[in-house]
Amino acid sequence: MTQIATEAPEARGRQSVRARILSAIGPMTVVAGVVWALLQPYRLTFLHPRGQGFWWLLIEPPLLVILVGAFFHFFVLPGLLEDVEVEGEEEC
Amino acid sequence: MPPPEHVHWMFATGFLALGLFLLAEAVVGRTVWKRRPWRMYLWPSTMFVLGLGMWPVMVFFTSSTLHMLAHGAWAEVMMFAGAAELGLASGKLRNPLWRLAIVLAFVVTGIAFLVHEQNDWFFQRSAFLHHLLGWTFLAFAVFPLGRAIRPRSAVFASGFALAFVVVAVMLYCDRDVAPVFGHLSPLAGEPHR
Repeated sequence: MTQIATEAPEARGRQSVRARILSAIGPMTVVAGVVWALLQPYRLTFLHPRGQGFWWLLIEPPLLVILVGAFFHFFVLPGLLEDVEVEGEEEC
Repeated sequence: MPPPEHVHWMFATGFLALGLFLLAEAVVGRTVWKRRPWRMYLWPSTMFVLGLGMWPVMVFFTSSTLHMLAHGAWAEVMMFAGAAELGLASGKLRNPLWRLAIVLAFVVTGIAFLVHEQNDWFFQRSAFLHHLLGWTFLAFAVFPLGRAIRPRSAVFASGFALAFVVVAVMLYCDRDVAPVFGHLSPLAGEPHR
């Protein structure tokens, strides 16, 4: 086996680990937000909006955490995964 | 005007986003991260916008001169660090020493947190968190410093990213009046959830 042939699976494996870590970042953040919402449901004022002020209705921290995770997953991750794959192919 | 705890939560969201962007950059490395130009500007522009967002905080939250000075200093160093990184990303700045701007931001932020918190650690939760945040920023300044000296180090890049995530968690824990580990000074006022 040539040196190139043995290095190719290693490079592919490295890309696969990176892709898995990247794919986990968004969902893990969303899960953190959901767990927080379950532990402190009173922080989600949209569930009981009566009598809440403007800022309490606008800024709901567990939702903000979920939004950040979702933003990362749907807007940053797809292009990043494509680029990781391209780099992997170039290395191979 | 939003209550101060809401302001902390808004900035926590910005810092969390910063942390995730930097963590992704640390995982893939700078070469892959730079493959798309918009991505190079993502975290520096977030930092710059967070700095801009500190100005209204400085103007409207004037509970003391120290608060105003601290908020103003944060606005300046965050915008400066964001602008320096934007300059490096666009290629308009070439000297890698500009990466030290973010180290300056960490150090100034740490000192400002410690100086503007006049109450002791266990006065109430926000006092505790301000002390903790101050020391965290000062201790974690080692990561941006290491990143400036050794840009390819995964340890420094990951530590730098996780610093923002840790800070975000602390900011999300902030409450206007709440106990910390069972301690709440009677001078702090009525606690709420």
